[in-house]
Amino acid sequence: MRIPMTEYLIIDLETERWNCRVCNQDLGEARGNYKEGTLVYDRDPTEIHQSILDPEKYEFTFAPDPTFCRILEFYCPGCGTQLETEYVPPGHPPTVDMLWDIDSLRETWIKRGTKPEVVINYGPGEEAVADFTPALGSYNTHNHSPHSFS
Amino acid sequence: MTLTANEPSTTGEAGDTADDASQPLTAQEQQWVDQFMDETTLFLGPDPAIMRSHQITSRSAYEEECISKGVDPIKVDRIRKRLAGALDEGYEMCEAMGAAPGAKWGDLTTAIYTAEGDVTYLSCHGVIAFSAILHHPIRYIMKYWKDEPTVGINPGDGFIHNDARYGNVHNTDQSMIMPIFREGKIIAWVAATIHEGENGACEPGGMPSGSETPFDDGLRMSPFKIVEKGDLRRDLLTFLQHSVRDPKLQLADLKVKIGAVQRIQERVDSIIDEVGVETFVAALRVTVEDVEQEVKRRISELPDGTVSFNQFMDSTLKENILIKFACKVTVKGDKMTVDLRGTGPEILNRAINSPLCSVKSMMMQAILAFWWPDLPRCTSAMSPIDIISDEHTWADAGYDAPMGQSLQASFRGFSALQTAFAKMQFSNPEKFSNVLAPWFNQINTFLWGGLTQHGDQVGNLCADLNGMGGGAKAFRDGEDAVSPLFCAMADTAEQEVMEEEVPFMQLVSKRIVRDNQGFGKNSGGMGYEMIVAAEGTPMWGFMTVTSGSKFSSVTGMFGGYGCSTTPLAMVKGINIYDVIRKDSSKFDLSMERIMNEQPYEGGKYTTSHMGLQFDVAKDGEMYMIAQGSGGGYGDVLERDPEAVAKDLELGRISPKVATSIYGVVWDPETFVVDQEATTRLRHDSRQARIARGKPYKEFLEGYVKTEPPKDLLYYGSWGDDTEELTATHFTNNGPERVKATIDKLPLIMLPDRREVKISALEDRIRELEQKHGEVVHRKS
Repeated sequence: MRIPMTEYLIIDLETERWNCRVCNQDLGEARGNYKEGTLVYDRDPTEIHQSILDPEKYEFTFAPDPTFCRILEFYCPGCGTQLETEYVPPGHPPTVDMLWDIDSLRETWIKRGTKPEVVINYGPGEEAVADFTPALGSYNTHNHSPHSFS
Repeated sequence: MTLTANEPSTTGEAGDTADDASQPLTAQEQQWVDQFMDETTLFLGPDPAIMRSHQITSRSAYEEECISKGVDPIKVDRIRKRLAGALDEGYEMCEAMGAAPGAKWGDLTTAIYTAEGDVTYLSCHGVIAFSAILHHPIRYIMKYWKDEPTVGINPGDGFIHNDARYGNVHNTDQSMIMPIFREGKIIAWVAATIHEGENGACEPGGMPSGSETPFDDGLRMSPFKIVEKGDLRRDLLTFLQHSVRDPKLQLADLKVKIGAVQRIQERVDSIIDEVGVETFVAALRVTVEDVEQEVKRRISELPDGTVSFNQFMDSTLKENILIKFACKVTVKGDKMTVDLRGTGPEILNRAINSPLCSVKSMMMQAILAFWWPDLPRCTSAMSPIDIISDEHTWADAGYDAPMGQSLQASFRGFSALQTAFAKMQFSNPEKFSNVLAPWFNQINTFLWGGLTQHGDQVGNLCADLNGMGGGAKAFRDGEDAVSPLFCAMADTAEQEVMEEEVPFMQLVSKRIVRDNQGFGKNSGGMGYEMIVAAEGTPMWGFMTVTSGSKFSSVTGMFGGYGCSTTPLAMVKGINIYDVIRKDSSKFDLSMERIMNEQPYEGGKYTTSHMGLQFDVAKDGEMYMIAQGSGGGYGDVLERDPEAVAKDLELGRISPKVATSIYGVVWDPETFVVDQEATTRLRHDSRQARIARGKPYKEFLEGYVKTEPPKDLLYYGSWGDDTEELTATHFTNNGPERVKATIDKLPLIMLPDRREVKISALEDRIRELEQKHGEVVHRKS
């Protein structure tokens, strides 16, 4: 069973591994920190949030101060998708942002008895739209892919 | 020392081993001591037993009795709907009749409480945060004033209160709290609370960024009785009017709140006439309990685990620092724990500190507006959540810390829970709200004060703080300038109406700032700019009270980026109205054009962070700020290229952003996307990421440092695996970096920034004198 945990990350309960939802790249143990399986880049924030006021003339320009703020970009090593960003002071250790109880996750989904990749319809690719199928009942006769309910 | 009613009394100096002191007291002696202490308490300060608790009370004997007679859920639902209608009526009265700008755009609430003070229902409109806060003053009133012979509680009485140390969102909000009696017994409470603005603080508008002591924060109203058996006490009213800059406002809104509460009480009377007291009391209590049970159920549906989110704020509103707001949310079964340890220490001469109750109130805002907006707004929505926090941090400040701009810490409490929830609920098929990137979290607006064109002394603020950009959603862009995080249905108000009352104009109002966007697959809602200038008044001034000029205030979600930083820009030494009167073609203003082109000769063009203390504005001097944007959601290279081209065509983003951030190629004449070239550029961009990114462990070796950069004033834990906080302590020998647990840190105060600047300039003068051989004899 594969559980979509974020837009780009999935936990495979059979292998107990994190995987990329775009390219299925292995990203490490599901009981641990997925960031350990990523590529990281220390981004100067002024390259993203660019100055609107002239930086030659002014200290405050709409761009963050790179001596205060860095953007850590976490990439999938398989496909280069930007899985996560983190805004930190220079040199501050990255945050372990998610740690999940895999045994409990498995138990919950077995109890639910539904297919996670069908019922969780947010994700990469086409935009998810609310699934009104149960409410519409027999009025809705179309078949849909997981990410394009209408 | 903090003076509170529940502070344990010291019985002797350390080392005092007198025999008498070491003997346990007999029951009779203890009774005498207790009686003596009760009768001679020096000061009834905030009560920690009340202030630390956000849990609902247990059922009272009377509630038990009422419930034991049977509860019909259909009847409870009808009562609840009737109450909702009554509270909305009271809300609309405040909104329509309130004198405060805050009232006019919805920054208020009305609520009904159980006898013990638990919020049972809040008006559907207004600020939900109040559902986690107003039980504090009611419990205080019940504990200290109910049986106090000089006070007491009678039908028709009304209590006023504003001080957040006794439980409030912040000190600019004033409440009118009135009991409902039946047969001599308090069976419920009704209250109305309005963001009044002016409160007599050291600066106009009620939210001073410049307060350096708690006594700079303005009115310090512990809950006290100002309405006796239906009559407003003129002596106390006069005292309050005398203590603020806007005595008319103080009177008008007191009357408005009393009127609204009395109207709600009339509606309650008719409900009780219809269903009886016992059914009514049971309905209030059952609602509170039902919400608690439902919240437990919803928590148990979330995956077990821990989500962590750190925030770094870049300003004390006087100087730039970095102070951490740490947050770890752990779910285990139906239990949730929010751990704030690692958060930076309180700064004892700056306005950014917040009492924990205010931080909790904004956490409630996240819970009831962004997690589970369908629930009745009850105190019990947070009851099942444990919060761990160290006292004397800036998000759990002590009694002696100034709190004039406590929103700086409390809004971080909102963002902590709002942001973490995207990860907590993503995999939960049962969702009650959208998966959302962070909402913008700063009240970027102008506070103002002085004498109006009508000769009135006033102090308040522009409603533009309500134009916060919404966070991007999992399936669409965030809305531009949509609403403040604390009030979904607030208004940004008609500036033209305001201009009839105050002597300044918004020369630019609500114009989107190009590139001020949280970039992502779905972009964050954008912020707009404001340019103001006063004219025709003997005395006027502006303030700004926010952070986020060096470090982005909100981050992105799932690979999206956060917001830009936002500067304050000013042009002094010119009168823009004279310029426009002379040549109306000059009325083509934008912050970008004015500041970059500097078109007005003789003007002094400056930028600064967004902490501007009350600044006297001469006629026609320009002050310019921008609202921030919500965070972006998802990888920028996944954004629909057509959406990028549309933003480009509308001037919302620059060609540079379209190419370098979004990786889109288009025809500059027609804005038609070149799909093939875009696919190629995006492929190359992904390959470039793979080439420049370093494996995590290798990256850490080169990047992570054992402490913050040497010259950075940093406050909070450095990394998440330590119990110690890092701080810069200013000693006789200058700044020294210290590292200790919160209980062992020295008191943190910052030097006067003007003295720091003068000292640096003096050093420079001496350096230049030495360089040029000039000998100057100075006396000290």
